[in-house]
Amino acid sequence: MKKALVSIAFGLTASLFATGASAQATLNSVKQKGFLTCGSNTGLAGFGVPDAQGNWTGLDVDLCRAIAAAIFDDPTKVRYIPLAAKDRFTALQSGEVDVLSRNSTHTMSRDTQLGLDFPTINYYDGQGFMVRKSLGVSSAKELDGASICTQQGTTTELNLADYFRANNMKYEVVAFATSDETFKAYDSGRCDAFTTDASGLYAERLRASAPDDHVVLPEIISKEPLGPAVRHGDDQWADIVRWTHNAMLNAEELGVTKANVDQMKTSENPEIKRLLGSEGKFGEAIGLTNDWAYRIIKNVGNYGEIFEANVGEGSRLKIKRGQNALWTKGGLQYGIPIR
Amino acid sequence: MQTAVSQAPSPKRSFLYDPNVRGIFYQVLLVAIVSYLFYAAATNAIDNLQRARIASGFGFLENTAGFDISQTLITFSAAGSTYGEAFVVGLLNTLVVSAIGIVFATILGFIVGIARLSSNWMVAKVSMVYVELLRNIPLLLQLLFWYIAVLGPLPQPRNSVEMGAGFFLNSRGLFMPRPLYASDVWVVFAALAVGIVATAVFRYWARKQQEATGRQYPVGLVTLALVLGLPVAAWVVLALAGANPISFEMPQKGTFNLQGGMQVLPEFVALLLGLTTYTAAFIAEVVRAGILAVSKGQTEAAGSLGLKPGQTLRLVVIPQAMRVIIPPLTSQYLNLTKNSSLAVAIGYPDLVQVFMGTVLNQTGQAIEVVVITMGVYLTISLVTSFFMNIYNRRVAIVER
Repeated sequence: MKKALVSIAFGLTASLFATGASAQATLNSVKQKGFLTCGSNTGLAGFGVPDAQGNWTGLDVDLCRAIAAAIFDDPTKVRYIPLAAKDRFTALQSGEVDVLSRNSTHTMSRDTQLGLDFPTINYYDGQGFMVRKSLGVSSAKELDGASICTQQGTTTELNLADYFRANNMKYEVVAFATSDETFKAYDSGRCDAFTTDASGLYAERLRASAPDDHVVLPEIISKEPLGPAVRHGDDQWADIVRWTHNAMLNAEELGVTKANVDQMKTSENPEIKRLLGSEGKFGEAIGLTNDWAYRIIKNVGNYGEIFEANVGEGSRLKIKRGQNALWTKGGLQYGIPIR
Repeated sequence: MQTAVSQAPSPKRSFLYDPNVRGIFYQVLLVAIVSYLFYAAATNAIDNLQRARIASGFGFLENTAGFDISQTLITFSAAGSTYGEAFVVGLLNTLVVSAIGIVFATILGFIVGIARLSSNWMVAKVSMVYVELLRNIPLLLQLLFWYIAVLGPLPQPRNSVEMGAGFFLNSRGLFMPRPLYASDVWVVFAALAVGIVATAVFRYWARKQQEATGRQYPVGLVTLALVLGLPVAAWVVLALAGANPISFEMPQKGTFNLQGGMQVLPEFVALLLGLTTYTAAFIAEVVRAGILAVSKGQTEAAGSLGLKPGQTLRLVVIPQAMRVIIPPLTSQYLNLTKNSSLAVAIGYPDLVQVFMGTVLNQTGQAIEVVVITMGVYLTISLVTSFFMNIYNRRVAIVER
């Protein structure tokens, strides 16, 4: 017993001291390590998924690559840590990852009680349902009495309870720890419906044994602003993540792309000059070099480019820009000015 | 005569070399280090939590949970229930699957263990294959096998397998009639209570009679008649008198699934099957070892007294084998309880799945949640050991 106590004490102290050390100056520790650790999805097509060679792709992955590009001028200096929904915030709190870029919804309680900050929103989403066509269901309002598969530890799980309660319908929830287990259970017929963010529904449908047998219902039952999260209290690090996304948005708005970024360097447009670092010292202000945004665009691309490549028309998901179009085109993505 | 050597004054030893003083010193030092480590860990944790603005304390247990759970033994709803109630739901689910698993694993384990020693070649080999197969495959894989390969392919609700008497089987689980009790049901339960008491009295009397006269009575039959017969008789009498003490709510086909009745989740069945068959393989080996520890002379002596093989096993061998069996059997019970936390892999809402999964994630209070969960498993295990130790003392050899 005494031995056990001592080892518990040692374990606790070791882990707690470790937390203390990494709670500040994330940028320095990333530079020291020489790579960024990025908490990513265990596998969600279009957002964060490894291929057979272990190369990660996706919209959330590209954000990590962009951060690495801004710091190291090399988007490959990222180590991805796949995290299940229920483990993701603990991994970030404990310092296991530097940034969590894993389609996580920004909510008030996560922002204020979990010791996290959500610097920006890189995808506006909402929760939906998918069912088998053979059920003949055309609206989520008809799901009274259905079994529904969902991933635990998500806002999805909570919205589901709210929605059925508000509509006075009964349901049976079957919650699994990972998205993989959840979808497999739905696909094997354990549940009538599968629920997650709409983007996730389209992504997961591709993995179904017969994708055409499933239909996504029209209702969107929640707001899901998805974005990267960092530990609370390291403002410099939060700034880097926030401005990485904003640099990609501004680049799209100004027409700066991966292909033309070198020519754009000679542009006389003051906004482009500030973005690419030929005017002002914006990079130094966040602890980076002044060509930080140039590095991001050169190595990864602007927001429109990564959207199209990962989830848009150029990808298997074929999701429309919709809410994620630039504000100038009727969407919600609004690049905060660099000046 | 006087001794020439006078008593030498005991050498003045430095008190640093006194083994008693040293012993005390080391113990005090150890306690001080351990307390310091605890103190440092606790204050450091509190500091870090505050600096990171992570909520702390146990107040979260009273906040509204806001999520639903598939299997709840107490009333639980997303609207009104708290994280504390979610904890109770998870705990009860863990206890239920462990308790039923322990009973089934014990029965199956004893059968397989005894069968492995059978003189019938076929029976012995089948038992051997069972033991070697199940105890050498990781439990997690077995759970996934039961859940995905065995229960997964069950038909969809619209094609439910009808098993008669209101029992249905489909991919959503096993459905059965739910008993509904009327107010006069107490008569039936009273009959059951009377039956149990009467059985105990009869058994006591029969044992005394056998000790005095050697005459044996059909204890098994009488027990069955009293415990089952009396309540059924009471029910029949009530039904004839026009009352209806117990009626059944049958599962009916609904839009998506069967409605009404009682439902046993496939996650529960898969976990129970996995835990039972896996632990039974270990219990079988424990039982086999226990029986082999009873010397052959005992069996031969019983045989020469004219006892049948079944009686020999039941009256002579097993009681002596129990002394060897109980301590390792306790470990197997503890293992089963702790292994039930693998439920998380197949979506059964046990303590770890509900509390360490959803609640930890929604509240972000990892330290509190993990400490509570560890405390619960420790308590369950210590309580199990405590009762098994009492039983062990009862069956232990009495030295005269």
